[in-house]
Amino acid sequence: MPAFVWMTVLTALRVLRRNRLRAGLTMLGMVIGVGAVIAMVGIGEGAKRAVQAQIATIGTNVIIIWPGATTVSGVRMGQGGAVTLTVADALDLKKKIPLLAETGWARREVMQIVNGNRNWNGPINGISPSYLTIRDWSFSSGGPFTQADLDSAARVALLGQTIVDNLFDEGEQPVGAVIRIKNVPFRVIGVLAPKGQSAQGSDQDDVIFIPFTTGERKVFGTSFLGSIGAMFASTDRAEDLPEAVDSIREVLRARHRLQREQNDDFTVKTQIDIGKVQEGTSQTLTMMLFSIASVSLLVGGIGIMNILLVSVTERTREIGVRMAVGAKRGHVLMQFLIEAMTLSLLGGILGIVLGIIGAKLTTVVAGWPTIISLEVIGVAFVFSLAVGLFFGLYPANKASRLNPIEALRYE
Amino acid sequence: MSCLIECNDMWKRYCVGDVEVNALRGLTLRIQQGEFVAVRGASGSGKSTLLSILGCLDQPSRGQYRLDGIDVGQLSVDQLADIRNRQIGFVFQNFNLIPRTSALENAQLPLFYRGLSLSEQRAKAAAALKRVGLAGREHHFPAQLSGGQQQRVAIARALITAPRLLLADEPTGNLDTESSREIMSILEGLNREGITIILVTHEADIAAYAHRDIFLKDGQLLTDRVTRQAPGTVEV
Repeated sequence: MPAFVWMTVLTALRVLRRNRLRAGLTMLGMVIGVGAVIAMVGIGEGAKRAVQAQIATIGTNVIIIWPGATTVSGVRMGQGGAVTLTVADALDLKKKIPLLAETGWARREVMQIVNGNRNWNGPINGISPSYLTIRDWSFSSGGPFTQADLDSAARVALLGQTIVDNLFDEGEQPVGAVIRIKNVPFRVIGVLAPKGQSAQGSDQDDVIFIPFTTGERKVFGTSFLGSIGAMFASTDRAEDLPEAVDSIREVLRARHRLQREQNDDFTVKTQIDIGKVQEGTSQTLTMMLFSIASVSLLVGGIGIMNILLVSVTERTREIGVRMAVGAKRGHVLMQFLIEAMTLSLLGGILGIVLGIIGAKLTTVVAGWPTIISLEVIGVAFVFSLAVGLFFGLYPANKASRLNPIEALRYE
Repeated sequence: MSCLIECNDMWKRYCVGDVEVNALRGLTLRIQQGEFVAVRGASGSGKSTLLSILGCLDQPSRGQYRLDGIDVGQLSVDQLADIRNRQIGFVFQNFNLIPRTSALENAQLPLFYRGLSLSEQRAKAAAALKRVGLAGREHHFPAQLSGGQQQRVAIARALITAPRLLLADEPTGNLDTESSREIMSILEGLNREGITIILVTHEADIAAYAHRDIFLKDGQLLTDRVTRQAPGTVEV
């Protein structure tokens, strides 16, 4: 049997070589289909990986709690419209939920920052020192402020790279410089290492951190002392996140004295929830790719079937001769199936090569990251074979059922 | 000497459109191992149909055909293919070689379906080509060979499985006199080695090579006479 298969493959290759143009055109459908899939999956995977990297910049096992919407005299205030979260809430969560490794809080407002004769409008974030730990911020120079700075409402600031780029000359050392926010002088004590774009597309480095208390008392002004814009928490292990979220809701509902029938006046989301939104997007993309792939493989397969039917007719006499000298139905069936699979596999391999080149070109020309995984190549390979098998079956079966006498007399 | 071919009251009916045609009408025939038989008759006399059935390409509609004691009518399509592969060699008027395929590969085709190793196939095919005088032409394509040479490749292909029965359907029909004589002398040689040969032909001088002359008319035996005593055969 191995000798039979080997020789049949050789025969198939010879038949294809004899009709080079025809074989090439037949394969074109497969080549384009498989090539497009490989290239697009490569681009899609690259984009997915980039999004995953962006989500990782949020931090590790992060839970974010926003104040919820409230209704004031029938007017719904929208997300964050209510002052329902306070520093006391955050401290209480830390105390009551042992699963939480850290809790932190922040309040944010866009304001003008001035350094000498330069100015820039950027988001000022009043934060607790723990916020930096939760969000995995690191420093390219200088360092964080401390609990003591928070307690004394010290006028110190940490600058994101975008702020540094806009307020300082190249080569100028920001650490130690004094900038002004709303006419209050702040000493820069650290520059944050860049994080790049967030999963939502905003520039995470366009940011200034100051102690929460300093912001509250000297910059933002506030009607309720201790009200915060968002709360952050983290757990040590990712699998603890759902339980931690439940505990947070329980504690906050109790603290806010919410009745059973009342909705939460806050929103709790984990990093995983945010990731899922992105995953949903890429899943839609994957489904689209899959449908394009199916259509092109279908078209390619029909092309192969068509050319094989022509081939069976052209070679009727040959089939008759083969039967006369002892080819069984299975032999004839195998011969045409192998021819179909050789065609589709060759098309598939060419498509894989073309797809990889296409993906690499996209990286070079458009600068999009692309990832070609071995799995995708494997799947394309197997699918090419399967297409040949499926669409070769009908012509091969037709050939194997020829009557040898009629086949021998066929003109 | 055993009875290789035994046909008892064999009928073959075809349907051509709505018309039923009886190509064979109750043919009874016995051929011994080692005979050289010429089958003659006008077109439509049933020669080709008889040859198809004897060659296990077809089965009788009625009656019985025993090849070497086996009732062929009872066999499956694949069993028929196996018998063709092991017991029967075919030589056709139009050679029926596979185009753009070397003489060697054409000759080794039956062994290919027997599942022999590639080297064994090649060695046997080369020997068979040598036997029909085509040594050195192994890698020529059919189109590069003369008619006589192509028919010799076909004979090599028929011989390669060492069959007991060789069926030749007008093997010289497309050949000139010189080539015809060469082919017939090869067939004579094979018959001398003990292969039973059944030869369908129009031509009396080709039929004269055989030892027994059968004449068909309307699917029935018209005459059946022994023209020459074959070596080692017993008259029916």
